[in-house]
Amino acid sequence: MSQSVAITGIGIISSIGNNFDETVASLQASRHGIGTIQHINTRHKDHIKVGEVPHTNHELAELLQLPTTTSYSRTTLLGLIAAQEAIISATLTSEEISRLGLISATSVGGMDITEQQYPFENMAAKTEELLRQHPAGDGTNKIAKHIGIEGFTTTISTACSSSANAIMLGARMIKAGQLDRVIVGGTDALSKFTINGFNSLMILSDAHCKPFDNLRKGLNLGEGAAYLVLESATTATKRQQSILGYLKGYGNANDAFHQTASSADGEGAFLAMKKALEVAQLQPSDIDYINAHGTATQNNDASESAALQRIFKDALPVFSSTKPFTGHTLAAAGAVEAVFSVAALQNNLVFPNLNFDTPMEESGIQPNLQLTTKPLQNILSNSFGFGGNCSSLIVSKNL
Amino acid sequence: MKPCYIISSSSISAQETFEQVPFLQNVHPLENNISKARYPKFADYISRGALRRMAIGSKMGVLTAQMALEKAALTNPDAIITGTGMGCIEHSEKFLSALHENEEQFLTPTSFIQSTHNTVGAQIALSLKCNGYNVTYTHGSNSFESALVDTQLTLHEGAQTVLTGAIDELGTEFIQNTHYKNKALSFSEGAHFFVMSARKNSTSYAKLTAISCEQTITLNNFETYTKAFLAKHQLSVATIDAVILGSFEGDENAYVTKMTNSLFPHNLQLNYKHLCGQFDTASAFGFWAGTEILRTQNIPKALIAKGRVSGAIKTLLIYNQHNGKNHSFIVLQSC
Repeated sequence: MSQSVAITGIGIISSIGNNFDETVASLQASRHGIGTIQHINTRHKDHIKVGEVPHTNHELAELLQLPTTTSYSRTTLLGLIAAQEAIISATLTSEEISRLGLISATSVGGMDITEQQYPFENMAAKTEELLRQHPAGDGTNKIAKHIGIEGFTTTISTACSSSANAIMLGARMIKAGQLDRVIVGGTDALSKFTINGFNSLMILSDAHCKPFDNLRKGLNLGEGAAYLVLESATTATKRQQSILGYLKGYGNANDAFHQTASSADGEGAFLAMKKALEVAQLQPSDIDYINAHGTATQNNDASESAALQRIFKDALPVFSSTKPFTGHTLAAAGAVEAVFSVAALQNNLVFPNLNFDTPMEESGIQPNLQLTTKPLQNILSNSFGFGGNCSSLIVSKNL
Repeated sequence: MKPCYIISSSSISAQETFEQVPFLQNVHPLENNISKARYPKFADYISRGALRRMAIGSKMGVLTAQMALEKAALTNPDAIITGTGMGCIEHSEKFLSALHENEEQFLTPTSFIQSTHNTVGAQIALSLKCNGYNVTYTHGSNSFESALVDTQLTLHEGAQTVLTGAIDELGTEFIQNTHYKNKALSFSEGAHFFVMSARKNSTSYAKLTAISCEQTITLNNFETYTKAFLAKHQLSVATIDAVILGSFEGDENAYVTKMTNSLFPHNLQLNYKHLCGQFDTASAFGFWAGTEILRTQNIPKALIAKGRVSGAIKTLLIYNQHNGKNHSFIVLQSC
């Protein structure tokens, strides 16, 4: 009999809050974190809007009570803050913590440091040491060490679906009895590399992003980190830990259409959502709210709309993209939005899709515009990335 | 977990592993610092149009994936699971360089797009039009092992076939300028792909019986842990025909010493990194060598560090670690 997967810990940092409570307060107040970039000196600073965590790396290190000489990658610092909050909220003993698995995700890794050290000629020993932080797995190792995790540890990197895949792997390993408990999620910091990368693709907006709007013209990049602690419902109940929700469904499919663009009929997205419903043993009509990927690019929103209509036909549930709040936090997005889904379930709140004016010609679908109270049982959350990687999660209030 | 059957594989490395030649009979010493892999004529297998944008890692990965599928007579696996330590470092360096030189202006997106870690897995899916489960692991020296853990889980959940592989490329700037001085072993690169099946059939020649990864094991606890891992799978030190270790001269490590001197002093001990060089997913070469040993029932002299071959080779233990962390244990058996 496979285990149900309970969510027993939660942690998050983004441009709308340093922790879960601050984040929920911002969502409830429709208070977004989008603005002009402060901490990176880029030529594009006046031409883009971003969701930036309003702290320097030094301040983030202080929040973590790390030595003042710490020069960790910003990706790692954000990850440490969110992971630490999740662990504390799960109220685990140090023995239980040591036995945790850790499945993290990132796309930037230590690139925020690497790009500052570039070019590499005539390197000092200090630079070499900093460059050891470049690979994606390094931040995960630092999180494991800082928290005291000794069990199965890994890192996933599938662009914008990364942390959704991390959550999915954690749930699968618990169901298969391979892990009792695991912390899952991801982290990404803003970097010149990604700012320029997305800019070269011409999909950044110089205004506040408008998901699903007919005049949408691109995304706002964001940064942040979010983690969930997952465990079997049995162990959670046994230790009388309060359960925040259940990871009921998940699905991963590949669009196999193009390296960066999504197919017009949203095949990868359609298959991912379909699989998530099958795993959850739910019908489309059981979904009360969808946290869409909704990056506000021409391509994603059209493709995602097509996929949503294929799954839900004439009965599309209320939906919104929360990227106008936080920006697109890349690899962290799946976990950030899973945390938002837990917040939605706890408060029976559907968050607004900010900045929306006119339905898109392609589909005519209309997202939820106001903060709305509604009884919520099952929430579907989508994350679609470059490379055709499509992942969907279903978070539920009850077993 | 049920065993996962290996039905085909393909390797590109610093040795003659891609060609159809006797398994590691003719070995070449590595260069002093940096050893490129032996590149096949990619244009013989992949269209020039496709090759144009591909960095060497993509070329190696796409080709070995293609070959593994051909050998398995499979056109569409149920899942594609890959591992890479440094990801697409060539394109990352290209984009960084352009960013720096042009001061953030006039940048073209190709290198940025091709620099994402999941590029190879994505390209394979695209070329096959494979909509199945697709994921990339990027956890340093455990990237390939993570891909194997997920492969085992995916087959356990009902998939019939999984295409599993690992890729790492040298790049130029990191490798030439960074922490690769005073090292005992050449840095290298490679790609290894395997078709893994849920069912044994006439073409399966080895099976992945067990795999376990741990971030941290104390030195005091290491022997107990290893023995418990073996016992859990009805094995013991005596039933291991050979241990495969990713160690090399100059890489003294207390954990490897426990393996060679305390746990398996009387077992056949094999090393492989002096052949494939040092890179995050070099353990895929070790795994590949293990599957070839089981397939051919032959252990090339070049692999033997200590001990003698005696009798049939049925059970191999592959152990990997990095700086005393990120331990992994793999049991490979004949089938």
